[in-house]
Amino acid sequence: MQAAVFSRASLQLPMPSQATRRAVVSILLFIVFWEAGSRSKEWLGTALPWIGMVPAPSAVLQVWGGLLTDPGYWQSWYLSLMRVLMGFTAAMLVGIPLGLLMAVSRVFNDMWFPSFEVLRPIPPLAWVPASIIFWPTQELSIGFVTFLGAFFAVVINVVGGAKSIDTRFFHAARAMGASQWDIFRRVVLPATLPSIVVGSSVGMGITWNVVVAAEMISGGGSSGSGGGLGFFIWNSYVGGSYEQIVVGMISIGIAGYACSEALRRLGGLATPWLRKR
Amino acid sequence: MTISGRPAAAPQAGNSGEIVVQGVGKDYGAGAFSKCVMRNCSFTIESGKLTVMIGPSGCGKSTLIRLLAGFERPTVGEIRIDGEIVTAPGKDRLVVFQESALFPWMTSMDNILYGPRARGEMGPNTREHAGFLLKKVGLEAFRDKYPSQLSGGMQRRAELARAMINNPKVMILDEPFRGLDAMSKELMWEYYAALFEESHRTNFFITTDIDEAIYLADRLIVMTNIPMRVRTVIDLELPRPRRLADIFDNEHANDVKMTVLSLLHEEAMKSFSGGSKAASDFVEAYARRTGKGATA
Repeated sequence: MQAAVFSRASLQLPMPSQATRRAVVSILLFIVFWEAGSRSKEWLGTALPWIGMVPAPSAVLQVWGGLLTDPGYWQSWYLSLMRVLMGFTAAMLVGIPLGLLMAVSRVFNDMWFPSFEVLRPIPPLAWVPASIIFWPTQELSIGFVTFLGAFFAVVINVVGGAKSIDTRFFHAARAMGASQWDIFRRVVLPATLPSIVVGSSVGMGITWNVVVAAEMISGGGSSGSGGGLGFFIWNSYVGGSYEQIVVGMISIGIAGYACSEALRRLGGLATPWLRKR
Repeated sequence: MTISGRPAAAPQAGNSGEIVVQGVGKDYGAGAFSKCVMRNCSFTIESGKLTVMIGPSGCGKSTLIRLLAGFERPTVGEIRIDGEIVTAPGKDRLVVFQESALFPWMTSMDNILYGPRARGEMGPNTREHAGFLLKKVGLEAFRDKYPSQLSGGMQRRAELARAMINNPKVMILDEPFRGLDAMSKELMWEYYAALFEESHRTNFFITTDIDEAIYLADRLIVMTNIPMRVRTVIDLELPRPRRLADIFDNEHANDVKMTVLSLLHEEAMKSFSGGSKAASDFVEAYARRTGKGATA
């Protein structure tokens, strides 16, 4: 379902220069329209109800330039990134073995699948209050909610991938005298790898959604600055700095893109048979 | 038995790998829904010979393959290889399936080395031997390519090499060249016949293609429609090494071809009345080929 978004083509590594040029043109055009839109309170004689309220990119850049030397801003980056990586890594470490177990063991699947399916539809944000109550520190509660966001995506994709392995591969391996362990290691695992890559990409996206919202709801860090990018945005809103809100949003966009891109590259390296064709 | 110590081209001795199928029947399902796929099926696959089985499509040949390979057990009767009853898959008999079962995540080389690796039989010469086999099937330039980078015919040849490295007593091939275009198919026949003639390993080859059957076979087993039984066994007296041109001119080959075609026609007609789409296609094709009417 979510997996369909990540087509095989989007997993390919080398971006052609033509695509890069188009990307640059697209971003430049976007900025030009944004600048023009927020500078003109009127457009062709019609007053624009909201675009004029958005700070222009030039103003945002100015504020951003000032923030670049502010350690508090980088502290926000660092905190959010750490939370994402921790939650994501935990989700991979727990989710991949669990998904594989559910796929290969009927008994295990029968025991876990029902509770898994009940827990899965609960949005990660609905876990925030319970998480704050149950976990001893704020850091752990945010980390847990982040973990949940990626966890279900990873498990679902791993189970789906491992279950759809063609039986002819098992037949062939058995006929050549492979043991169960060897079949698991050299057939099930590599055959599931593409699904693991897709699951982790989906999971990474959800992780960024969740971490920012969790930081906003839980109040982020101890005080004013240093509560992560989500709290940075919230704090800017409370403080009335619209430019900083936009800076925070774009920072999250860049961080999320960088994480997904890194994952795509890692995934491409791990599944070379899908890349070279 | 290890591959490592063996000289690269060593063929299995021609005196093992005899398969005896005795009174085998196979039912699927139970009660009112049970379906009998095979009934009282008996034949022998002689060691060192290339035995080809031909029958109308959907007659239960693939079921027989699964029984021979040991993935399933017969409902009645028994299958023996060199006197031992088949109960589970074993590396003494290797199956090359209809669809490519090469592992997409392994290069040609790694695919071929799968068997020795899985059994922990990697010796100092195994890699070399795998390289030799790759060369033999004309894929030495493709040793580091993935299956998706190979053409259909190359994949089939890689699969033959992957089976051969395990040095099985018997090679079982389930319509291995189905879906290849006519040109690659003929090339594959020549390749495969040469490989067989070199080793004289016991081979059991299943097909629906009459030309393929006659070109390859030492012995031809014609099957009935479902539930499958043996209809006729024909021994072909054609010289080896075989060449395609010889077969077209050979009177004996043409006689066999006409006999088998009319047998298959009869079998197809039986299931035609049973409403099988595959059978009606066959009857039509047969009518076109022989000039006979399709009505009977």
